[in-house]
Amino acid sequence: MERGLHAVPQRKASAEGNFYPIKANAIGPGMNARIQRLRKLSVETEPSLSIERALHETAFYKENYGKYSIPVLRALNFLDHCQKKTLYIGDDELIVGERGPRPRSVPTFPELTCHSVDDFHVLNSRDQQRYTISDEDIATYAREVIPYWQGRTVRERIFAHVPDEWRAAYEAGVFTEFMEQRAPGHTALDGQIYRKGMLDFKRQIAAELAALDYLSDVEATDKAEELKAMDISCDAVILFAERHAELAEALAASEAVLQRRAELQKVAAVCRRVPAHAPRTFHEAIQMYWFVHLGTITELNGWDAMNPGHFDQHLAPFYAAEVAAGALSREQAKELLCCFWIKVNNHPAPPKVGITARESGTYNDFTNINIGGINSDGKDGVSDVSYLMLEVVEELHILQPGCSVHVSSKTPERFLKAACKVIRQGHGYPSVFNPDVYTVELLRQGKTLKDAREGGCSGCIEVGAFGKEAFVLTGYLNVPKILEITLNNGVDPLTGKQVGIETGDARSYTSYEQLYGAFLDQLNFFVDTKVRVSNYIDRMFAKYAPAPFLSVVIEDCISKGRDYYDGGPRYNTNYIQCTGLGTTTDSLSALKKHVFEEQSFSMERFLAAIARNFAGEEVLRQTIVNKTPFFGNDDDTADDIALQIFADLLAAIDGKPNVKGESFHLNMLSTTCHIYFGKMTGATPNGRLAGKSISDGTSPSHGADTHGPSAVIRSLTKLDHTMSGGTLLNQRFLPSLLKRDEDVARLAQLIRSYFTLGGHHIQFNVVDTATLKAAQNAPEDYRDLLVRMAGYSDYFNDMNADLQQEVIERTENESF
Amino acid sequence: MQKGLIFDIKRYSINDGPGIRITVFFKGCPLNCRWCHNPESISPKIQKLFTTGKCIACGECCRICPAQACTLSAQGVVTDDSLCTLCGKCAEVCPTLAMQMSGSYRSVDELVKVIERERPFFDQSGGGVTFSGGEPLLYPDFLVEILEACGRRQIHCAVDTSGFVSKETLLRVARHTDLFLYDLKMIDAEKHRRYTGVDNRLILDNLRSLAESGAMIQIRIPLIGGVNDDNDSLAASAAFIAGLPGEKKTVNLLPYHDVARGKDLKLGQVRDLKGLCEPAQMDLERAIDLFADFGLIASVGG
Repeated sequence: MERGLHAVPQRKASAEGNFYPIKANAIGPGMNARIQRLRKLSVETEPSLSIERALHETAFYKENYGKYSIPVLRALNFLDHCQKKTLYIGDDELIVGERGPRPRSVPTFPELTCHSVDDFHVLNSRDQQRYTISDEDIATYAREVIPYWQGRTVRERIFAHVPDEWRAAYEAGVFTEFMEQRAPGHTALDGQIYRKGMLDFKRQIAAELAALDYLSDVEATDKAEELKAMDISCDAVILFAERHAELAEALAASEAVLQRRAELQKVAAVCRRVPAHAPRTFHEAIQMYWFVHLGTITELNGWDAMNPGHFDQHLAPFYAAEVAAGALSREQAKELLCCFWIKVNNHPAPPKVGITARESGTYNDFTNINIGGINSDGKDGVSDVSYLMLEVVEELHILQPGCSVHVSSKTPERFLKAACKVIRQGHGYPSVFNPDVYTVELLRQGKTLKDAREGGCSGCIEVGAFGKEAFVLTGYLNVPKILEITLNNGVDPLTGKQVGIETGDARSYTSYEQLYGAFLDQLNFFVDTKVRVSNYIDRMFAKYAPAPFLSVVIEDCISKGRDYYDGGPRYNTNYIQCTGLGTTTDSLSALKKHVFEEQSFSMERFLAAIARNFAGEEVLRQTIVNKTPFFGNDDDTADDIALQIFADLLAAIDGKPNVKGESFHLNMLSTTCHIYFGKMTGATPNGRLAGKSISDGTSPSHGADTHGPSAVIRSLTKLDHTMSGGTLLNQRFLPSLLKRDEDVARLAQLIRSYFTLGGHHIQFNVVDTATLKAAQNAPEDYRDLLVRMAGYSDYFNDMNADLQQEVIERTENESF
Repeated sequence: MQKGLIFDIKRYSINDGPGIRITVFFKGCPLNCRWCHNPESISPKIQKLFTTGKCIACGECCRICPAQACTLSAQGVVTDDSLCTLCGKCAEVCPTLAMQMSGSYRSVDELVKVIERERPFFDQSGGGVTFSGGEPLLYPDFLVEILEACGRRQIHCAVDTSGFVSKETLLRVARHTDLFLYDLKMIDAEKHRRYTGVDNRLILDNLRSLAESGAMIQIRIPLIGGVNDDNDSLAASAAFIAGLPGEKKTVNLLPYHDVARGKDLKLGQVRDLKGLCEPAQMDLERAIDLFADFGLIASVGG
């Protein structure tokens, strides 16, 4: 899922993927000229839309729909596209393959949701996250693609079904639904594909087909269709690779430069080997993963693209063996990793339909490389490849793939410090995860110890058992909105529509407990409303959009003869991501203190002030903001409220059955949705103005934490993270706190402290001048910004404009 | 139980001794350094701070003030110091924190509770608590009591001192202190008087006695361009430090930042900062080299 871009001001599309002015040389960052050129092409090519896949698919469906079972139809459709798709092997490339006909070109997936002509015009012309498409292509799409899919898309099937109360809550911004436009995803792989080729999978599939018991297994026929589909999809990716081999050979034949000719011949040989067979070399291993990655994101558009999981651990044996044998140098290995990194960056997220500016997100498709951590035996997983990857991350500075470092109690200090030095660069990554805690999270959900240890984070902060689990994120829950609706007796004050249940006039409440009880009733109502529809959607994907290729590479789908979307994987989890813990806590804390305990302001006055967005109520608002215990300050008064909310979110969600015989869990992820939710939520009792972002993940409300990072950590670790499927903590740091090497050591110790106390994830945004300028305009959201220098410290907000300007200039010049 | 006047407590303090620390700032200082970064630390009394930019002219303070000391003017709230009893009611009601009281009396138990909250960070980083100021040794009995309390809990204790206290007090505190951060401004007595308001003989004698007692000491030198960053001044300090008995002392250079001047405004005071300037990177490097010539390891910050 999306990483912490949200705690810093939103950047323009042009800034994404290239975070800093290129100073080093004319071409840009990178270890050598090849990487510099590949990076430049990736960073500077504007994302575009390709209609090729949709054309192939529409023609195929017109011709074949009804002739085959759905799984086989899907597999043949995939095979057909792999046969016909335009290939791309660019100059300089060592790792090959693109989802579209060229880098940064994204196909559409009309079987799930079909873009309209209007959508294309919006995508083509909006300022941020633009995707170009020619008028000619739009016309072709309107003629060939759109008419066929009218009424046939999964999205239309879903919306035709949803009950009124779901629609009302969805439109009010109480929750989002992930699967209305993209397939369930958040999938990461384990080490299987480095030991088995597609031919090995095909043998396994054949054995399962032969063993089907039509006499006593009522599902035998369905299993047979699914297994046949898996078999066809293996052929599809082998064919796809073979075509690349042929193209590379043809390019080699006409290549005049000897070195490049040899490279192309090598590329061809690698593509002949993988994915049909298991890889034998470092190069083959990376290309193996890349073909599997491309296969899964071409077959469907699952959320978070695809993730290699513990990529450093998977590549380490190949690296060690080849380096020992003198067949691979450190530089060659690094170059191949750079090529892979840039390949991921070549693949922006598929754009949604019905997009308005406010919902538009990012090009990031959230492939997240897990670096470090522990292996499935519980031993330290850091290797030479881990350090190589950190170097690549630091040097390339590209948007994708995201990366995270995993720091267990066994992780060497050297690795953590190396990671902290990358963090100091201020690009917001890597994020840092605690395997000691998430292993327990996964164990609690019923995974075996070995499978839990092989888990990690797939996109943002959500964890799963890599290679063995479908962990489906179903959507975000806007918890502050639920409080807003509670305060309005079930009505959404923004539209005046009744969206919740009637829980009474808030002005009649005589105690805080009464208010909180009403909030709980609303919470349970909305969670149940969401889960009902999630369960329906799960079945829609299982029935109409199975993913046979993805099912091949996720363990137990073959042996069960079931699809990834149909309970095939060993584990099947649904998540609801709860957003706005900080905002909700602070709001309840404000009402508790000022209305019920001190009775300094009446509920009537609060509600009236909120309704007017605090216009003319600055004294009330400032009193709330400055004189209320807020979450994130190690103040039990507020933190106890957060604990109560967390416990009740768990009670509402955790353990609810899903349609795959397992259950729902919660995580505390927000991605950038807290911005959208903020826009859908009026002013809140914590003094937050209407439309402003709600708090992200489990982070304190913006600027509410005024006692520094250690107090934030103490507050956060009062929550039992092992009960969740992930929490999220963003911390802002001024560069002055990270200047010296000793400061980096302190940062490492801060992380160790957080993890020792049971933290799941932490991420640091080293603030830039843009953030400081934003702080000048919206001081309240930045009350946590502490300017520190030896012997002096003050809050940024407390400084006068001249001095703030000076701090901005110093930050610019890194002269703290 | 006795109490100490504390004006600030900073968590995740990484510039006041080893590891991740919590720094407790005592209010009141016998020196009055022209460059002081925390001018509110000088007076040993509770003071009122007023941040003009935050005032929304709501008048709550004027309404609540029992002494009628606050009046609303075009420039914001004006306090008549002759009437103000520093009761703090105005700060209590001020919705924006424009009005704040600097300094509150805290007991040892209260402080220990706050310090204990940072223990996980001490454990991971080898940090602890630093008592700073102002001058913590202005409260010797209180300081010894809290040092003992922390010592019993095996919390590493640092004391940041100007050294301008009686030798007996200093050595008494030293028995409970793991590390001193000892401020040394300059050796030149006349200059010292001019810039800090006090003679430095006691400070230098105390430093020598403290070193003789075997206490762990880091020397902190505020480096102020135009005041003590010239080679002669630095060499004099370096020679003095190098001549101290015991292990070689490390030196932390704390460069002067003129951003601190914003705090004066809140106190409603104007200080003459003319002639003070920030040392350039080059000057810092020159200073480090110069200390190295005396066999001393100096670094910026700490």
